[in-house]
Amino acid sequence: MNSIVEFLKRREVLLGIVVLCMIAIIGSINPNFLQIRNLISVYNDTSILIILALGQMLVILTRCIDLSVAANLALTGMVVGLLNAAFPGFPVEGLIVLAVLMGACLGAINGAFVWLLGVPAIVVTLGTMSIYRGSIFLLSGGDWVNAHQMSPAFLAIPRQLFLGVPVLSWMSLIVIALMVYITRFRPFGRQFFAAGGNPRAAFYTGINVGFVQFRAFVISGALAGLCGYLWVSRYAVAYTEVANGFELQVVAACVIGGISIMGGVGTVAGAFLGALFLGIISNSLSIIGVSQFWQMAISGAVIIIAVIANSRSEKKPGRIILREAVAADAIDESARGDTRPATGQ
Amino acid sequence: MEQSAKLPIPNTLSTPLKSLLVRWETFLLAVFAAVFIAFSVTSPYFLNVWNLSDATFNFTERALIALPMAMLIICREIDLSVASIIALASVAMGYVAQTGADVPLIVLTGITVGLLCGLFNGFVVTTFGIPSIVVTIGTMSLFRGITQGLMGNQVLRDYPFEFAFFGQGYVYWVFSFQFVLFLSCALLFYILLHRTNFGRRTYAIGNNPTAAEFSGIKVRRHKMILFAMVGVMAGVASVLLTSRLGSTRPAIAFGWELSIVTMVVLGGVNILGGSGTIPGVVIAAFLMGVVTFGLGLMNIPGIVMNIIIGLMLITVISIPVIMRRIQQHRSRHL
Repeated sequence: MNSIVEFLKRREVLLGIVVLCMIAIIGSINPNFLQIRNLISVYNDTSILIILALGQMLVILTRCIDLSVAANLALTGMVVGLLNAAFPGFPVEGLIVLAVLMGACLGAINGAFVWLLGVPAIVVTLGTMSIYRGSIFLLSGGDWVNAHQMSPAFLAIPRQLFLGVPVLSWMSLIVIALMVYITRFRPFGRQFFAAGGNPRAAFYTGINVGFVQFRAFVISGALAGLCGYLWVSRYAVAYTEVANGFELQVVAACVIGGISIMGGVGTVAGAFLGALFLGIISNSLSIIGVSQFWQMAISGAVIIIAVIANSRSEKKPGRIILREAVAADAIDESARGDTRPATGQ
Repeated sequence: MEQSAKLPIPNTLSTPLKSLLVRWETFLLAVFAAVFIAFSVTSPYFLNVWNLSDATFNFTERALIALPMAMLIICREIDLSVASIIALASVAMGYVAQTGADVPLIVLTGITVGLLCGLFNGFVVTTFGIPSIVVTIGTMSLFRGITQGLMGNQVLRDYPFEFAFFGQGYVYWVFSFQFVLFLSCALLFYILLHRTNFGRRTYAIGNNPTAAEFSGIKVRRHKMILFAMVGVMAGVASVLLTSRLGSTRPAIAFGWELSIVTMVVLGGVNILGGSGTIPGVVIAAFLMGVVTFGLGLMNIPGIVMNIIIGLMLITVISIPVIMRRIQQHRSRHL
């Protein structure tokens, strides 16, 4: 067990070194990048991705995937934006709570299908992704909610500086701290690893695997809801296509961070660094004089290199068949939709 | 383990009436008929051969990719990069067309680029043993990104006049080239999956990769071929789409991967692999086409159609699960 922990540590350290090297290289090309103000702004730009990646991490840990996060974000963002435009007097703190609750409910819908019906998560979230995205259009009639319709307080919160750092960044730091605490020290958090690492063993330990998956979806949804408010407030606009396709960046951040799509393996530090990595790329291209149009290709290449690197360090030669057999068992199990062990009646 | 041994392998095409009635395809066909009749009653413009023929353009390009995608998903892999392959192939064709090349060369370019992209996916997945969902999320960004990087925000539209045939031409009466090509490919893939050893091996791998490996099936090579097939069909779809639009933009076919997967899953292919049929996928393609078309006639915007497609996907997946639960519940109380 200890060696595995050591090994995991090393991987995140490695990714951290890569990120630092990247910052150093970009800084050597254009020293302006290294100014504290710019670094804070890069981090601030990445905050939403970080928060979403941490939620997605929990879902992926339990062998599921949540493709509906971006649509969830956009829908809650639109609802919050419309409410603010209609009732400017309503306290923004209330709206934030509402966004989190609504996001959690949307996540709970995903989770309920996975938990109660045993429908594969990729199918459910593919469906709810279209449904949530379409609902935005139904709500708004295709109209935009623009900055002048939003109250000053609504726009101000993520921008407020606290110790020289915007509240948006602080929020992501708080989420990171909470996630570290939960996944390292709380049984509640350890269950995500247990349920994903070996669902059968988790069942025998008395863990309700489906319910753990449900909780992962609820948390991922709640964070997406929070990001819905943050996104709309930060960019001061809400429309139907907000964050379109962002779900894949979120998954990509997790994958780069070494969260295994097979479940059970991953750390908060990994997801955080994966998101930071993508954020730095997208913020630094123009600084080092590469056309912004190449950003997508570069992140694609990075994802592929990262998964190859992760798989190579994970590979135990000659045991692939065994590993696949274990995975196959688990898939059988999830396909049956319940975790009741075979009793051979 | 004992339970999984008792599970029937749902890939046999037996013909007795009873098994035909409880089949997924029959259910889909019934839904299709109901939707078709409902639209014929509600809209006077629905039952018009030319309108219906136009409607096929909505889905044939996607359905073409859904055919090999079904086989890939049966084999426990997935390719989310198909829409990006379409874009990359389209750009390649655009540049070749700019040099004044003739039609066969343009088409060949599109299909070759598709093949190369498919081979690349297959290579990374099979060589490193990485889950294909992760690899193809990466290549999805990579291929689309190369398209954007090469093109910036320009548009390529120097296609020769004859090139328009593939996307806009008719073979006979109301039957467009696209539609005929789709039907022929559907037949080909039906034979390939349900009537050849290659198809049987696909099911074998999907049901139990370990057993397949031990029975002497070259699992990795098989998957490689399937990825290549998906790539080629994405190339073909790219030819059709580019020809229909007459231009290439970086955002071409954006988001198609998800509607293609929806089509496959709606067609009764188990997303976890091991079961599914080509007829199911074909009916699902028609169903999605007719729903899109009918709702379009009723002036419902595309994004709202997505809600309906999404609801359809979830409902259609949940119904059998709920039915099974009810059955289990009953048998337990008997």
